Parts: sequence; structure tokens; C-alpha cells
Amino acid sequence: MKRERTEVLVVGGGPAGLAAAEAAAGAGRSVMLLDDNPRLGGQLWRADVRDAQSPHGREVDGRRRRLAAAGVVVRMATTVIDAEAPTRLWAHCADELLHLHADRVVLASGARELLLPFPGWTRPGVFGVGGLQALVKAGLDVDGRRVVVAGTGPLLLAVASALRRKGAKIVHVLEQTSRARLARFGLGLWRTPSKLTQGLSLMLRGGALPLRAGAWPCEAHGDPTLRRVTVTDARGSTSTIECDLLACGFGLVPQTRLARLLSCEVDDGVVVDALQRTSVPNVFAAGELCGIGGHEKALVEGQIAGLAAAGQLRSARALAGSRRRALAFARRLARDFALRDALRRLVTDDTIVCRCEDVPWSHVRDHTDARHTKLTTRCGMGPCQGRVCQPALAYLLGHGPDRPRPPLRPVPLGVLAELRTTIEGTAR
Amino acid sequence: MPDHICIRVDGVEHRVGAGTSVAAALWNAGVRAFRVSPSGAPRAPACGMGTCFECRVTIDGRPDTLSCQTPCREGMEVRTAHEA
Ligand SMILES: Cc1cc2nc3c(=O)[nH]c(=O)nc-3n(C[C@H](O)[C@H](O)[C@H](O)COP(=O)(O)OP(=O)(O)OC[C@H]3O[C@@H](n4cnc5c(N)ncnc54)[C@H](O)[C@@H]3O)c2cc1C
Ligand code: FES
Repeated sequence: MKRERTEVLVVGGGPAGLAAAEAAAGAGRSVMLLDDNPRLGGQLWRADVRDAQSPHGREVDGRRRRLAAAGVVVRMATTVIDAEAPTRLWAHCADELLHLHADRVVLASGARELLLPFPGWTRPGVFGVGGLQALVKAGLDVDGRRVVVAGTGPLLLAVASALRRKGAKIVHVLEQTSRARLARFGLGLWRTPSKLTQGLSLMLRGGALPLRAGAWPCEAHGDPTLRRVTVTDARGSTSTIECDLLACGFGLVPQTRLARLLSCEVDDGVVVDALQRTSVPNVFAAGELCGIGGHEKALVEGQIAGLAAAGQLRSARALAGSRRRALAFARRLARDFALRDALRRLVTDDTIVCRCEDVPWSHVRDHTDARHTKLTTRCGMGPCQGRVCQPALAYLLGHGPDRPRPPLRPVPLGVLAELRTTIEGTAR
Repeated sequence: MPDHICIRVDGVEHRVGAGTSVAAALWNAGVRAFRVSPSGAPRAPACGMGTCFECRVTIDGRPDTLSCQTPCREGMEVRTAHEA
């Protein structure tokens, strides 16, 4: 085991964590940033392995150099797995156990996609939307492939156009929200004059992609790899289309497990005040973790959290205007891309809900909470620890999240044993 | 850094672009059964970000390694469910 000490510890190396680390280091604090990915950048700024000169790659490179110049210690492929106290965390990196002791902690663990079960969603060839995007950036080849992009949110169009640039043939972009809501969102974009929203409003107006609003996939067919997708809409009409890949994601959900382990208050995300302080002293949170709102919200919240964690409250408060605008955009996202009830009725009795343990809908639909479901059906007992099925059941059945249990990620037995003996040693 | 590296997938050699993740390399090589579910269904990556655990394979003898979180390295040995 290795012990490390830092004034500010930032968990997560996406836009929010990078901004927090830079702000805290700029204020003269010693800073350590860690992320469980092998490469820096989080979801949005994930590097494209086939294009070192991509704007996102350059953005991350620039930030990495600035962090290095400011003396920030960056640890990649390092996962926080347990906590002794809110500012004393256990992390795991390449079979080594780390004990991290900080004065202040900034949580910036981002979001994951909400994947909803429907018949055939477990077939090879069915991905999340951001999921397929991430795999393509990591080298998955879509050249000449027929792709259906489906689900909800601005990510659909952004990913569809990125996939097309990689040679994919976009057969359909299916947005579950209605045409009217989509138009309302499009019209509201002028209030958020950023690169992302400019691109989106162009796409919404120009119709450059085969976008169909008010439609969603209801079955994925194949033998067993995906071959066709059946699509439906509010009137109940259906059609079946041939495709090679289906990218389907129903928005994002904050990754709150670590925050909940530290006993931070959580509702739709980690609850924070205007200085990004959580309900737990010395623990700050920023970015998608506090509610879904895109990378501009992540950047300004990260900056505020970093400054506040470094004790620079005046500079942090000076950013209140940008934060308010970003939060207004987040509210519009939630309103205009709210999921329609019909998506709750896609599951059939034998649709698998827990992908790890193959638990079907008929086994879980009558359960009233996550813990009970887990103990009686094994739903959520697999290695993903409920990361996929719990948000889905929260949506389908209104289940609250189960109490996170350390280690937050499966670790090799040797590391687990070391963690247990060290914790027992400290307790005594 | 070299442009290409070689890995072995279920005993067969494949040339992949440097930096490619194991998940992307396997998919490109035509692997569709990364793992097999308890009821015997083939499974392949879904989330691309280390959440779903559907992409797990054996890498250099280590079982249940997330292929979407692992970059390919020269000489790497990968075993999928197809082999098991
Ligand atoms: C799969 C996916 C793809 C996306 N693609 C796009 C896109 O193309 N364009 C776009 O505008 N938006 C995209 N988004 C939306 C994205 O959430 C935001 O735009 C932005 O990346 C949020 O920044 P963040 O810093 O809050 O979180 P993130 O960028 O998600 O960064 C959080 C980081 O924390 C790490 N982490 C989490 N828990 C731990 C732990 N316990 N220990 C160590 N590290 C941890 C994660 O691995 C991650 O690297 C995507 C989201 C997802 C889920
Ligand atoms: S694809 Fe989901 S964990 Fe690797």
C-alpha cells in the first residue's frame, strides 16, 4: 500500500475535473487528479486514437500541459473504490492500493447513459449512443455500416454526424421526444451561444440527417447479432429497417455511487450550493454528477469547485452568472427531452433486465425496491453492480438506488484482502 | 510510436492501429461473442465506458478484464468466450 497526501483531490478527469484541478492549482494548492480511464478527457474530450490532431485531443493536450506546469499530479487508470472518511479515500491502480489523504475533495465523476431494456437490446450490435461514439473514438470501424441512432437528447445528432464523418451510413435518427418539443428546444438555442448548440441548431434546421421525431425502437432482431430494428411511434404504427448497428441511449444519469458512499445528499444528482459544496463538509461536486447540462456547465462548475476548494470564494462567486445560464440550459434539456411513458411499456415478460445475471422482466416487475429485487432475483448482483439495471428500474418502477457497497469496482482478490486487513488495522 | 501493432485473438494474429482499444480491435476482427451470458447468449460491448461489463475477456491470462478500458499492446494475448 502507498500513502499520498494532497491539499485538493479531484476525482474525475473530464471537463469538470480538469477545470477544478486547474483552478485549485492556480490558487496555489497542491492538487492530485485521478481518473479510472487510461486516458485523460472524460466522455466529451475522449481522444480519437485515429486522429491525434482532433480539436478534442488538442484541448486535452493543452490542459494536460497546463496541469503539469502547475505541478498537478495526474494519475490515470486509478479508481476510487472505498472511503475511510470523506477526505480519506482508497484507490486502486494496477494491483496497487493507494490511501489518499486530502484536505478537500472535488467529485467530478460525470454521468453514464441510461440504457432502457426492450426486446433484443442485449444483442451484439446494440450499443449506447455515447457508447458507440466512445468505441469509435477507440478505433471501432463503422465505415460503410448502416447505423440507426435512437433514444433522446442532443447527443443523438452530435454522434450521428460524427459517425457519418467516419463513413457510416446513418439510416435513421429516432428522437423519442415530439416534433413540437424538439422545435421548442431548437428555438431556445439562440440563448446558449456556444459551439455545441450552434452546430445543433444548424442540424435541426438544415435537416442534414434523416431525423424522425416522436419515434423509437421497440425491438432489435438478429440471429443473434443485430440485423433489423422495429420502430414505432405515438400512433402505434410500426416499420422494420435493416441495419448493422443500433446506437440507442435515453439520456444520461449522474454517477453518484461514490458521492453516496461519502453520504452526500443526492436527488437528481449530487445536491450542491452556489459554491458547489455538497452536504458533507470539505466535499465539493461539479459537472454532470450534479445534474445533466453538458460540458459548459461542467466547465464552469468545475472552475467554481476548484476555486472554492482552494478557499478563493470571491473568485468563485464571480462566476455565478455563467453558472446560472448553464443551469437554465440544463432545465431546458430536462424539459424538452423528458421521456415519454410509452418507453416504460417496451419490456415484455421475457425481456432481460439485468444483463449480467440474465434476470427477465417477469421476475422483477412486482418488486418495490432495489435491495429487495437484488436479494430475491439476483438483479444487480453481477459484476456491473447494478450500474445498468438500477437506473433502468428507477425509471421503469420508481425504485430508489441501493446503498453503494465497497469496493465500488471489482478488484483483484489480493487488493481486496489488503484493503480489508488495512481497514481492520486502522479500526483497531 | 509505431502505426500498427500485433495482438493475438483466440490464437490468431491481428494487426491493429496503435492506440486501439481491445474492444474496438475485437469488434473489427469480427468477434461478436466477447462473453457468454448465464443463459448462453453471446454478448458484446454496449456502453463503451466501463459501465456495463459486457465487453469482458481474458487478456494476457487475466480473466474478466474490460476490453473497452484496455488499449492494445504489442504481443497481447486475448481470449474471448468464443474460445471457452
Ligand atoms: C458515453 C458518453 C459519451 C458522451 N459523448 C459526448 C459527446 O460526444 N459530446 C458531448 O457534448 N457530450 C457527450 N457526453 C456528455 C458528457 O457527459 C459531458 O458533455 C461532459 O463530458 C461532462 O463532463 P464531466 O466532467 O462532468 O464528466 P465526464 O466527462 O463523464 O468525466 C468524468 C470522469 O470521471 C471518471 N470517474 C468516475 N468515477 C470514478 C471513480 N470512482 N474513480 C476514478 N474516476 C472516476 C470517469 O471515468 C470520467 O472520465 C457523453 C456522455 C457519455 C456518458
Ligand atoms: S463496453 Fe461496457 S464495460 Fe466495456
